Amino acid sequence: MAPFDLAPHAGSLGYFAIFLLVGVGFGAVLEMSGFGDSRRLAAQFYLRDMTVLKVMFTGIIVAAVLVHLAAALELLDIDRTWINPTYLVPGIVGGLIMGVGFIVGGFCPGTSLVAASTLKLDGVMFVLGGLFGALAFGETVHSFEGWWHSTAYGRLTVYGALGLGAGSVVVGLVVMALGVFVVAEVSERVFGRGRSRDPAESGETTALSYGEPSLTGRKAAAFAVGLVALAGATATIGQPTIADRWRWKEPKLGPVLAERGVQIHPAELVELRRDLTLSVRVLEVRDEADFNRFHLSGSRRISLGDTEDPGVVRQLLAESDRTVWVVVGNRERAATEAWKRLVAQGLVNVYILDGGIAGWLGAYPLDPCIARADAARTPAEDDDGMPLRFSVAVGDRVPSSHPDVLRHEPKLDCEVVERANAGPTIVPVSLTWFDGTNAGHFEYLKKVKIQKKVAPKGGCG
Amino acid sequence: MTDSARKPRPYVNAYLGGTLLGVVLFLSFFITGNGLGASAAVTRVQVGALAAVAPDHVDRVAYMSEIGGGNRRPFADASVYMLLGTFLGGAISGIANGRFHAETRRGPHVTVPLRWALAFAGGAIMMYGARMARGCTSGQALSGGAMLSVGSFAFMFAVFAGAYLLAWPVRRLWN
Repeated sequence: MAPFDLAPHAGSLGYFAIFLLVGVGFGAVLEMSGFGDSRRLAAQFYLRDMTVLKVMFTGIIVAAVLVHLAAALELLDIDRTWINPTYLVPGIVGGLIMGVGFIVGGFCPGTSLVAASTLKLDGVMFVLGGLFGALAFGETVHSFEGWWHSTAYGRLTVYGALGLGAGSVVVGLVVMALGVFVVAEVSERVFGRGRSRDPAESGETTALSYGEPSLTGRKAAAFAVGLVALAGATATIGQPTIADRWRWKEPKLGPVLAERGVQIHPAELVELRRDLTLSVRVLEVRDEADFNRFHLSGSRRISLGDTEDPGVVRQLLAESDRTVWVVVGNRERAATEAWKRLVAQGLVNVYILDGGIAGWLGAYPLDPCIARADAARTPAEDDDGMPLRFSVAVGDRVPSSHPDVLRHEPKLDCEVVERANAGPTIVPVSLTWFDGTNAGHFEYLKKVKIQKKVAPKGGCG
Repeated sequence: MTDSARKPRPYVNAYLGGTLLGVVLFLSFFITGNGLGASAAVTRVQVGALAAVAPDHVDRVAYMSEIGGGNRRPFADASVYMLLGTFLGGAISGIANGRFHAETRRGPHVTVPLRWALAFAGGAIMMYGARMARGCTSGQALSGGAMLSVGSFAFMFAVFAGAYLLAWPVRRLWN
């Protein structure tokens, strides 16, 4: 399924050739559309010539329809494509500054390249100015670094924010864009009439004609109906569900799960939590009562429903590559289901605690006054209940919750011995260091291997 | 200049151009998982050029060091090849359509030196804003817009708002 995993080929000639070819297509289309002409770009802002708006919005809706249709048909995995992360305020302020540069300079970065490539000297000057602007930004960004990273919402999409299907949003976008085009055509007629220039005048080589409708009659109807129909098809088919995504990954990950390749021993989790270079997040898929009785320190309780909540998952996905997720259930049933859903949605470095809380308390037992095995109950095969009967809810206020925390409390026994030449001397009898539970040592197979995120780095940021 | 071979052909219809642009953008996402862009590569070129003359300075500025510090190679990046391609594609289309010759496009009341100065200033302002917004009209508005990113739409409206707000005060530049 697309997109193709190009990462293994990074740096090869073919890899660069692909991007070169995409660039050629991009540059040629911009040039053909007249984006190499600063006057035409600037005319957009005097409402005479709406080419910029028409080309850009057509490009956006055509690509949006094709991308989401391909995704609906399970040809393209959107989770593995780059979606510009939202940094709302820096984005808006940067956009306003760019607007100023646009009307002063007559280009945007992409179009200035195309202008320069056809020897338009104003385009060349714009590119040089752009290099200077990039330098200026690099030199000054440290003074507003905090603000520059503010209002970060990660991979926030319109459909995610509205809680709608992507297809419906595409339909809405197409309809809105078509409305904008009608306004644009009217605007060109009103403000552009009689403003066409003769190419011979002032030595200009490309005529600018204003006030001519770009699309009329049957062609316009076919264009509009075609786009709406494709968008409608996208909405009708719907985007792949989480279950669909798991189905795609099951051939590869199902066996790993069955061979217990992701179920980590409690001691490995303790070991991981001591690794200061990792961020270990424990997600407990347990109900609140069980969680209050006992949980791992620093863990977060989630429900199975949360693992399908786009907002929650977006938060998890926004964490760094050095994050290891460990899903913990009372036993393993709910945890395994949560694991499947999270992995299906592209979260990496996700593991399941072997045996869940039952396994954990086997390794790091609680004081028998707090909880002990429920003798009256023999667990069924797929039982996912609490393994112990609790006399009191302790939450994470017991050493079993944080055996990873090294608390150097020596337990020392000693005696005083009378020595012939040294007088009374203290002699240690036994010295043990209490490090939480002192349950210390387990033999286990290490299973965690840190993977890089699959989502590609990209965009202009 | 009267040579018919050199007479520029008209630009394509805006909706046809837009549709082609959308198809290129879709193919970019489909094949590479990534959209189109220009400003990231411009920054890489800038850092690469600076690293050639003042590598120590690039090492010291965190933002630049991430791109070209130490033994990092600022040009060995997909975006730079896309930039080369964009340049090449523009030139090919320009040659094929008879628009490939040195000239300065400007408003009727603007002299060539002034136009150059304004283009330089505009380029500097624009790229500063583009880095702040983490992308330009293509990388942020176009690519992010097609993927329905909230930030990209907010950005797009901000660009148009900025330009429309300033268009009237500077109307002598273009009319």
